Amino acid sequence: MDLLPALPVALPLLVAAALVGLAPVCPRPVADAAAVLTAALVTLACLALLVISLDGPVVYWFGGWTPRGGIALGVAFAVDPVGAALATLAGVLATAALTFSWRIFEAVRTLHHGLMLVFLAGIVGFCLSGDLFNMFVFYELFSVAAYALAGYQTTNPGSVRGALNFAITNSVGAILVLGGIALLYGRTGALNLAQLGQSLARGPADRLVVAAFLLLMVGFFVKAAVVPFHFWLADAYALAPTVVGVLFAGVVSELGLYAVARVYWTVFSGPMAGVEGLRGVLLLGAVTTALVGGVMCLLQHHLARMLAYATVSHVGLTLAGFALLGPVGVGGAVLYLLADGLVKGALFISVGIVDHHLHDVDERRLRGRGRHMPWAAALMVAGALGLAGVPPFGTFLGKALMEEAALEAGTPWLIGLFVVVAALTSAALLRATGRVFLGLGGPSPGSPSPGGPGGGAGSGAGSGAEPGYRDHHRHAHPTQVAPAVLLLAAAVAVGLAPGITGVVERAAARFTDRAGYAAAVLEGVAGPGVRVPHPPVPLAAPAFWAVLSALLGLGLALAALAPERVPGRLRDGVARVWGPVAATLRGLHDGGIGDSVTWLVVGMAAFGTLLAVVVR
Amino acid sequence: MTPRLRRRVFLAAAAVAGAWLLWGLTGLPDYGVYNGPYGDVLNRVAVAERKATNVVASVTFDYRGVDTMGEEYILFAAVLGVAILLRAQRDETEQSPDEDAADRHAPATSNAVRVIGLGLVGPVVLFGIYVVAHGHLTPGGGFQGGVVLATGALLVYLSGEYVTLRRVSPEVLTDAAESVGAAGYVAIGLLGVVAGATFLTNVLPLGRPGALLSAGTIPPINLAVGLEVAGGFVLLLSEFLEQALVIRRPGEVT
Amino acid sequence: MRFLPYVVAAWLLLVGLYGIVTSRNLVHAIICLSVAQSSTYILLLSVGFRRGGTAPIFLDVPVGTRAVDPVVGALTLTDIVVGATVSALLLALAVQAHKHHGTLDPERLKPERD
Repeated sequence: MDLLPALPVALPLLVAAALVGLAPVCPRPVADAAAVLTAALVTLACLALLVISLDGPVVYWFGGWTPRGGIALGVAFAVDPVGAALATLAGVLATAALTFSWRIFEAVRTLHHGLMLVFLAGIVGFCLSGDLFNMFVFYELFSVAAYALAGYQTTNPGSVRGALNFAITNSVGAILVLGGIALLYGRTGALNLAQLGQSLARGPADRLVVAAFLLLMVGFFVKAAVVPFHFWLADAYALAPTVVGVLFAGVVSELGLYAVARVYWTVFSGPMAGVEGLRGVLLLGAVTTALVGGVMCLLQHHLARMLAYATVSHVGLTLAGFALLGPVGVGGAVLYLLADGLVKGALFISVGIVDHHLHDVDERRLRGRGRHMPWAAALMVAGALGLAGVPPFGTFLGKALMEEAALEAGTPWLIGLFVVVAALTSAALLRATGRVFLGLGGPSPGSPSPGGPGGGAGSGAGSGAEPGYRDHHRHAHPTQVAPAVLLLAAAVAVGLAPGITGVVERAAARFTDRAGYAAAVLEGVAGPGVRVPHPPVPLAAPAFWAVLSALLGLGLALAALAPERVPGRLRDGVARVWGPVAATLRGLHDGGIGDSVTWLVVGMAAFGTLLAVVVR
Repeated sequence: MTPRLRRRVFLAAAAVAGAWLLWGLTGLPDYGVYNGPYGDVLNRVAVAERKATNVVASVTFDYRGVDTMGEEYILFAAVLGVAILLRAQRDETEQSPDEDAADRHAPATSNAVRVIGLGLVGPVVLFGIYVVAHGHLTPGGGFQGGVVLATGALLVYLSGEYVTLRRVSPEVLTDAAESVGAAGYVAIGLLGVVAGATFLTNVLPLGRPGALLSAGTIPPINLAVGLEVAGGFVLLLSEFLEQALVIRRPGEVT
Repeated sequence: MRFLPYVVAAWLLLVGLYGIVTSRNLVHAIICLSVAQSSTYILLLSVGFRRGGTAPIFLDVPVGTRAVDPVVGALTLTDIVVGATVSALLLALAVQAHKHHGTLDPERLKPERD
């Protein structure tokens, strides 16, 4: 039965429809079990696809419409290791999230499970697809599910507001993507990625090609939350329920980057390979995103918002890896993305545990209240180290590959960026951990008193703010802690798996090989594979940088917790620089829907101008 | 940003972005002179291969059937989302619809509207079924026909009361219609797999072009989509009306 | 006349975005989003148009008659459904926003400071 590539999409859709249709008669435990089981099956199917695709892309033509004379009539899934890995990541995170929410969540009958499964199906379809419009359809599918899931907690006014900004800004991004698709179709008459690439490769990178690339890039960058398209993210991710936040932070943002990379290498790398400054334009976006995200992360006291900005800054780092436009950089970026997604998922679950038991997520109000929760504390510390990218986490290996690629590309200063940004995000988390679980750090000026407005306005992650929830266990239940532990273990396993570097490099080489991809999809020819053996990447220098990063982060965290211990002159000097920077950034991020969309257009104009300059 | 500053920034950015867009758009072939191969090939072969005279329908439901499955589920997810978002909160109560309440400010439905509305319900529903059934032959199909069917339900509400609408389309029925429609599409796709081919292969007998029962799986898919769209839109209608007419917060008036 | 439809599409997009940016009412902003979305319908359909071509329905005309591109018709159909459903979802969110904040003004729906 030739079903495997379609299974991880068809199965969750079918189960979702069944759950919704049978909602009046289906008891809650059955629905929970069905949802978790489906998510687990999807994960297994994607894992199987990953293993199979290591030998060659798995091309699956729906409806039996194989291409004729190089023209694709139907829609194809073209599964390669990178896409399958991302789909597996989504499955793992969804299974973990659904397990976590087993005992906590107050669902509307079984409608919520239906939405989650549709969300998962959309992500998987997006990752496996080999057709541009099909990618767009699945993109809209998981986006619509995301808008509904983000605004789920209607009792929390902030989440409705965040969902509105999320939905409107992302919809504008989708409009831009569709505009790019229309332009490409007008020129080539094709929608299949491979066919588009073959068709464009015959011509130069003229204004239509560049305009189409700009529209697609900007549209997908909105989802990825690259600066300046990121203003919608913090509200939406932070105020969504934990179970959804896990997927958002773990995989959804990265999907935007995957889309740009996939579209670039299959469609545009033919005509645009000679564009010298493209790397610079992408790196500019990466650096800005990483720094803005890192600084904003440090400025937050709301745990989930902190994680949201950490997501933004790590998207910047991942983009830097892709922006180097070479197989080593791509391989590092993909590996980093996978491990980082797992770590962030675990961190979101930890924040959910804290919210569920302490009914708050503001680190100032939570000071010292987490003393009796050693498991949660351990999870957060481990997560912070994972974000910093210390060995043995997979993030370390991913960064090592990206740093190697940076050295080869002649941009060694990127290593400094990685060190600084990883330090910033891990500092924020370590500071929060110290405050919440160890009671460190005296009350900072202007912080709300612990007895002040309780869980209501400040918290959002999880359902702790909902009245009527009676479960006040003091100790975290295994179904809550186990998923987080498993996710962290998976992040370590990704880093330690024997031969992983070789696998990643081969996968990245195939990902960046346009002609090979086209041959496989349109003619069914398994290419010989691009075997350019790369010398083993030395790990000593990256290890040094990673440990430096972690120590810097720890230092920053301690300095924030005990400012009186820092020598006065140093403290004043830092405050004089930090103060205005923080105030400006906060002010910029204070806007609503109008501001987000304005910044979107500004970003489009900026990237457009840069691309025009670079292409001339 | 203050509104004034935002407007200025936007206008400046939009001018640049707009110029960019136009510059790129001029690279398209002239309007009316399109020569893409995909559409040409399909126009030539679709009728012969699929026995469906509506080539757009054969593209939507057969050649690119996966896209339409995704699209159907987008509708499904959105309707689901609306249902979840507009559900009664714990501190709200469901009262009987207050259309006849003393403090209702809207005018009562006139007899002309009632008569015309009721008179139109039958033809509209019939037309909707016609559009769904003939989707593979003439312009139309599941999506268009489903919306027309849902309009029938709207007419019931307009010519009657919310209670009448609820009686004609109880929640269980619309939920079931939607789910059966959505699951039906996937099930038809799996038929192809069971028959030994890939997902969503057209495996039913193709018949003669122009006949009502032709084009294999396209009519059943149309039916499933029509069911789902009709159920979905009636559900949307009911949820919004329920929110406006039925659900009350404590102490709220109208 | 060669590029007029494309210009119209670009104009619709920019006007819709302007409406969202300067909006003082959520329902108005959502309608402006629909306007912006309609720019893609115009763009897609104009791209596939052929002068003198009929609809790609071959019930009354023989196969082989000059017809417009059917694929963009299918794409636009998908696009319209997506647009309508997103609008429905956004309106539901707007209803909830009004319930909890008492206002539909995006200016007064700003994020809280941390």
